Amino acid sequence: MRRRSSTRVRAAVLAARLLCAALFAFPLLFMFVSSLKPDTDIFKDIGSVRAFLPVGDISLDNYAGVFDTVPAARFLLNSLGISLVTVALGILVNSMAAFALSRLSWRGSRLALSVVIATLVVPFETFALPLVWWVDKLPWLTMNGLRLTWSTGWLDTYRVQVIPFVANAFSIYLFYSYFQSIPRQLDEAARVDGAGWFRIYRTVVMPLSGPAIATVAILTFLPAWNSYLWPLMVVQTEELRPVMVGASYFFQLKVHWGEIMAYSTLITLPVLALFLAFQRAFVNSIASTGVKG
Amino acid sequence: MRARMQGGGQGRTGLLMVAPAGVLLILFFFVPVALGFALSFTDARLISPKPLEFVGLENFQRLLDDPVFWTSLRNTLFFAAVIVPAQSGFALLLAVLVNVKMRGTNLFRMLYFVPVVTSIVVVSILWRFMYQPDGLVNSMLHWMTGNVVRVDWLNDTSTALPAIMFMSAWQAVGFHMVIWLAGLQTIPGELYEAAEIDGAGRWHQFRFITWPGLRSTRTFILVTITIAALSLFTQIHVMTGGGPLDATSTVVFQAVRVGYQQQQTAYASAISLVFFLLVLAVSLIQRWLTRERSA
Repeated sequence: MRRRSSTRVRAAVLAARLLCAALFAFPLLFMFVSSLKPDTDIFKDIGSVRAFLPVGDISLDNYAGVFDTVPAARFLLNSLGISLVTVALGILVNSMAAFALSRLSWRGSRLALSVVIATLVVPFETFALPLVWWVDKLPWLTMNGLRLTWSTGWLDTYRVQVIPFVANAFSIYLFYSYFQSIPRQLDEAARVDGAGWFRIYRTVVMPLSGPAIATVAILTFLPAWNSYLWPLMVVQTEELRPVMVGASYFFQLKVHWGEIMAYSTLITLPVLALFLAFQRAFVNSIASTGVKG
Repeated sequence: MRARMQGGGQGRTGLLMVAPAGVLLILFFFVPVALGFALSFTDARLISPKPLEFVGLENFQRLLDDPVFWTSLRNTLFFAAVIVPAQSGFALLLAVLVNVKMRGTNLFRMLYFVPVVTSIVVVSILWRFMYQPDGLVNSMLHWMTGNVVRVDWLNDTSTALPAIMFMSAWQAVGFHMVIWLAGLQTIPGELYEAAEIDGAGRWHQFRFITWPGLRSTRTFILVTITIAALSLFTQIHVMTGGGPLDATSTVVFQAVRVGYQQQQTAYASAISLVFFLLVLAVSLIQRWLTRERSA
């Protein structure tokens, strides 16, 4: 379809591509390679190409050190749990809302849709600080033996790291656009068979929405795994902290760069593995964010 | 009969299905946004037994007299002014590079995208290490120029913010490359073929086909980069802590510093409100730009 390029142009393009590839890959390669070396070797190798090569005194000592220095396993489990629960609840809650907006007519549905779209541009940072003040005042029901009792304050909990991020205007919008593209004849056929709306949502619309679910899952998982500002402010207890906040522990002690690079690699690997496995879905989700413009 | 009954139930089912998201959005979006406005006129502190008191414009008066706030605002605007053209331009260049049909395209596109899926915390830690006086950046510069370079990038007031700019663009540019690419692929190939027949060179093809064809993509990219740039926080917190001498303090960083570390929720809300107005201004400009297109 596109014009054929001459050999000279192609050579120039290839050269530019390789140069950019080096720019993006070398720092990450340096991180990984350094995580395998003792600190003295890291600094010795920095002046030469050895900085990017796993040569010399290579071992997994830094990785073992990471688990001795900080409760890394705990941080990883926390982040994994928080991210997965946020993703699962997010898919459920946002797709239900989108279904109601796309398929059902109820009082205020048009207004609700435009409100959802209007909230898309407001960054979290604009209301993060009032939100800290606010979650400290929220009530919660706890089981005390067999009695239910009210307590106040969500600071220093898992729930404060999950619940505020479950409902998401952009996820609703993505599901909504996707549902709009599913032919309504399908629901009507199910209606004729006597299915209720909830059943249509569960057995007709959702099973056809794989790509939208994948997009929302990726776009929820990434910020949940990477969250930093929020847990920094609302979680003080070490056992409840996620991986990104855990990184700051290394700077409170004698700075040991090999271990820091090992921890950085460790907390990057899960996301990187997901990315490599679902490349197309990742890139499509990102591209889909451009649609709203 | 049955269909009519269900038709009547639509309202109730609709409300029921939208309720969980609705309640959560009210609790964790609309209330805090409104609180941000309301608390900036009070003396709220993060943890305080004292009841709230209305203090009028006191927080805003303090804001006007606060030199750290003005420095932070200036740094934030400077950061945005540089990063918006630089990052969007670099992203477009990458998109054009990977839009050429030849071997290895997928591999390169994936490579350019890897920093995007890497957490900004990890990227900041890594570059903090690389920016050390005896770090990788100086040794690469030494290798390329032949001169011994010993710049202490993050501890020098004149290089700290530019160093963070470069790193931020490095991390996020792949994201905008993908969006430019989606835009490029909506331009029909026949347009280029026709231009070729008319004897248009590459530059003219870019100038008269590609650039106009990317109009809505462009607006979107400029707005998202601007808003992200105005929200700058994590890189600062991990790399410099606002220093040296507030040279890298930003509006959001300053809001967190007073609101969280010093527990002054009210004053932090006033700073957040300024940030909110900045974002609002940007999205109003976006509206105006997209309106112009449809007219």
